Amino acid sequence: MDLLLDIATWILLLAGSILLIITGFGLLRLPDLYTRIHAGGMADTLATFLIFVGLSLQSGFSLVSAKLLLVLVFVFFTSPTASYALAQASFVAGLKPKLDGFGTKKPSKDDV
Amino acid sequence: MMIYAITAIAILISIALALTRAILGPTSYDRILSANAIGTKTVLLIGVMGFLGGRPDFLDLALVYALVNFIGTLAVLKYFKFGTLRGTLSKPKPADNS
Amino acid sequence: MLKTVSLFLVLMSVWLLLSGHYTPLITGFGVVSCLLSALIANRMDVNDKEGQPIYLGPRILSYWGWLVGEIFKANVDVAKCVLFPKKYLRPSIFTVTASQKSDLGKVIYANSITLTPGTVTVDLDGDQVMVHALTEGSAEDVLGGDMDRRVTKVMRET
Repeated sequence: MDLLLDIATWILLLAGSILLIITGFGLLRLPDLYTRIHAGGMADTLATFLIFVGLSLQSGFSLVSAKLLLVLVFVFFTSPTASYALAQASFVAGLKPKLDGFGTKKPSKDDV
Repeated sequence: MMIYAITAIAILISIALALTRAILGPTSYDRILSANAIGTKTVLLIGVMGFLGGRPDFLDLALVYALVNFIGTLAVLKYFKFGTLRGTLSKPKPADNS
Repeated sequence: MLKTVSLFLVLMSVWLLLSGHYTPLITGFGVVSCLLSALIANRMDVNDKEGQPIYLGPRILSYWGWLVGEIFKANVDVAKCVLFPKKYLRPSIFTVTASQKSDLGKVIYANSITLTPGTVTVDLDGDQVMVHALTEGSAEDVLGGDMDRRVTKVMRET
């Protein structure tokens, strides 16, 4: 039983780690601010979910798991509000989204 | 366990990548986005470090850090949008710099 | 009065969850500070239907379960897009109409759109929601209107 829980924790935490590194690369290589917000959203949602669920499997049914769940719910409630505020502020400030990143026109060097 | 150390290293690499974006910019909004992402990753790092050291009490700090990160992002954005932290919450007219 | 009592109970359970010390002195501090917070919230008039939406009941829980599944799928999409941007990256910006009437319903809808990676709410004006989407698939998910119908069902608005 303990072995099963350990394996589940390994899988969840490894998946979360890989997703976090993909998020970091996304923040670097996506072309403009609005697309980077999507990459940042990955770390806020699934990576947090996977890592915290993995940790709470280790602590079992206790006060620590309840705290982990509380932090998770808190992050899930606040992160979209922060993302929306960021996107809206930059939109109101006149920052135009790049809509032809890799689609219609040939990718130039400032797109990558 | 080994996996905690691996996860902590992955989080640190991810923070380094986000920090690179914060240095590169180009707009200040990119920097705020990076700061927010680093904050979220720090919450994860505090949680994992608590388990790594066998002291899960660190989760209280993670909760407070999540709160500070959220309020800090909103405060900086409000300062950018209105030029002041005091005043109304109504929507300003869109700037017309095409 | 009922709202004040329920707010006090919620605050007290959070206190007991976070404190971990159950001596009479510390718990007494908890009771006093939660009571004070509930009374101040009552006096500030923020303790209304919107501030404490218990009436959503178990429907919001099943909605959250569905939302976690959507978040899972959307994350895989965005991860693919980050790894192979030339193949998947098709950013687009469009406007959809939110069918919820109350502010809370609109907030739940807009936040759900932002919470699924691949779509971000850029602007919310009246019932017009401006959405920025990363790939064609994520844009179609919002334009299909499945999430909109589910939020409306949670809010019990037609």
